[in-house]
Amino acid sequence: MEEYKLMKGNEAIAEAAIRAGTDGYFGYPITPQSEVMEYLMAEKPHERTGMVVLQAESEVASINMLYGGAAAGKKVFTSSSSPGVSLMQEGISYIAGAELPCLIVNVARGGPGLGTIQPGQADYFQATKGGGHGDYNLIVLAPASVQEMADFVSLSYDLAFKYRNPVMILSDGAIGQMMEKVKFKEQEPRMKTPPDWATVGKPADRGPNIITSLDLDPARQERFNHKLQEKYKKIREKEILFEEIDCEDADYAFVAYGTSARICQKSMQLAREEGIKVGLFRPITLWPFPYEQVTRLSKKIKGMLSVELSAGQMVEDVRLAVEGKIKVHHYGRMGGMIPTPEEIVLALKKQIIGG
Amino acid sequence: MAEKVVNQEMIKPENLVYQKTKVLNDNVMHYCPGCGHGTAHRIIAEVIEEMDIQSEIIGIAPVGCSVLMYNYFNVDMQEAAHGRAPAVGTAVKRLLPEKFVFTYQGDGDLAAIGTAETIHACNRGENITMFFINNGIYGMTGGQMAPTTLEGMKSSTSPYGRDIPMMGNPLKMTELVAQLPGTCYVTRQAVHDPSHVRKTKKAVRKALEYQKKNMGTSFIEIVSNCNSGWKMAPVEANNWMVENMFPFFPLGDLKVPEEK
Ligand SMILES: Cc1ncc(C[n+]2csc(CCOP(=O)(O)OP(=O)(O)O)c2C)c(N)n1
Ligand code: SF4
Ligand SMILES: [Mg+2]
Repeated sequence: MEEYKLMKGNEAIAEAAIRAGTDGYFGYPITPQSEVMEYLMAEKPHERTGMVVLQAESEVASINMLYGGAAAGKKVFTSSSSPGVSLMQEGISYIAGAELPCLIVNVARGGPGLGTIQPGQADYFQATKGGGHGDYNLIVLAPASVQEMADFVSLSYDLAFKYRNPVMILSDGAIGQMMEKVKFKEQEPRMKTPPDWATVGKPADRGPNIITSLDLDPARQERFNHKLQEKYKKIREKEILFEEIDCEDADYAFVAYGTSARICQKSMQLAREEGIKVGLFRPITLWPFPYEQVTRLSKKIKGMLSVELSAGQMVEDVRLAVEGKIKVHHYGRMGGMIPTPEEIVLALKKQIIGG
Repeated sequence: MAEKVVNQEMIKPENLVYQKTKVLNDNVMHYCPGCGHGTAHRIIAEVIEEMDIQSEIIGIAPVGCSVLMYNYFNVDMQEAAHGRAPAVGTAVKRLLPEKFVFTYQGDGDLAAIGTAETIHACNRGENITMFFINNGIYGMTGGQMAPTTLEGMKSSTSPYGRDIPMMGNPLKMTELVAQLPGTCYVTRQAVHDPSHVRKTKKAVRKALEYQKKNMGTSFIEIVSNCNSGWKMAPVEANNWMVENMFPFFPLGDLKVPEEK
């Protein structure tokens, strides 16, 4: 049995990616995620597994390299942080439109603009509501520990290839930078046979494989959009992941993901010491969002506080799920500031219990 | 229906002098009559057939008039975002190093929006073959000024002619990439008459042979007409090209590998 390693979240993603049998990584440096490529380069995965690692000239180039690699049927991923992920949006839309599987990691920081290099969760809208142009969705996973940074890599590939859809791990600078113990899976072999739709050179016994997101015929383009929507519906039905902590006896709940969810766990403990029964609902898939599960919980409690490192983005989805039946508010810090557990308890008292 | 008149002598195999390559299919091309894109497609396809690499090649289409080129080629193809074909091709080649990869781009695609990807793919020496169809204009979007539009040349966004102080200089991308250590073969050709078609075809063959030998990026510019965008009849457009484009974009090899 392999033992635990002590690692940064960013390094854990890199190591997990090698072990998941990744064929190619393409990226461009940006804080707070540069350790991903640094770790990969130091590890020489081309010697370990034959994996290709390339520092691209920009995030525009790296996302389009992902397009090419995914279209060749390979397991490919990139990582970046908020400004870089903004730059990738056209490419992500193409990847969704061409139905290509791949993994995009956003170790998010505070914005807007160049913003800050400290952690942020203000890319929630961008990640879950489209980001680029057109009607498409990414599957979005939100890790809350270094272990989940590692575990979600192979989960992402499984989902990406199952649905031929891009998957995003939406993390933040705190999870990316902090060190925790982590246990890795055994090395998986790299894929031997490409999927039948991949562009790998046309053998004599089949027609050409074409990867494109273009169809100039509006009727066909609409049919294709319906097909995409059917796929998204299936993902919504089947792939929701979430965690509930101490919600059974709770009168109130925090709703939080990633770094905020970790802080809320401490806030829960403090609140319970004061006799306030509060639980934590942690969405793990941000898209598809666990609407029904939040609705169900809302029927048992009196109020919910959505805690995010943003001006309040996920809270809109929580409100959609709750449909005004109980009180829902948002508490957050921005610009790379991180709330203390105490200030969250105070916010719960002020905005939900007393308010 | 008109009756088919077939010259029996002509279709005897021993009298066959020319036939369509099987690397192109029978779909009717959407290009304007007289446009260079169709000829460029044909010679690339012929070389693929002659080298017998149809099953080993992946093509990357651009955004531009040739965005639908995958409708004509009988090979696996990907359609890239505007300007990004060199990045897309980079990944395909690195992940499938034993296969052939070619990109095909217009001047707006390769020399404006995709300049960074072009220069960096060439500078890294990606082992791919890049085709650059320079018609001095944005054909697809209706004839706007391109980075390669000549001084004084009219387009829909330079209706009084390209004014250099106001609009900047035309860009010689091929001269630029010839400077980069990653390119092994850089040449400028044309396809407006049979002798140039033959020369260009030889260049295509060389480029793909260099790729086979892992020699670095091979880059072929094809100076071409856009008779619709230039608002000229096809023959007039070709004559105008010879008189005006070739002096600024002179044909010939800019860089050839040292023969060992
Ligand atoms: C990001 C983006 N910007 C703009 C366009 C619109 N567009 C499509 S083709 C094109 C220019 C193509 O010109 P060129 O590359 O010279 O090809 P040609 O049609 O002349 O062969 C432009 C600007 C686009 N598709 N995507
Ligand atoms: S618009 Fe120009 S480049 Fe496009 S098909 Fe017509 S002639 Fe060719
Ligand atoms: Mg053009």
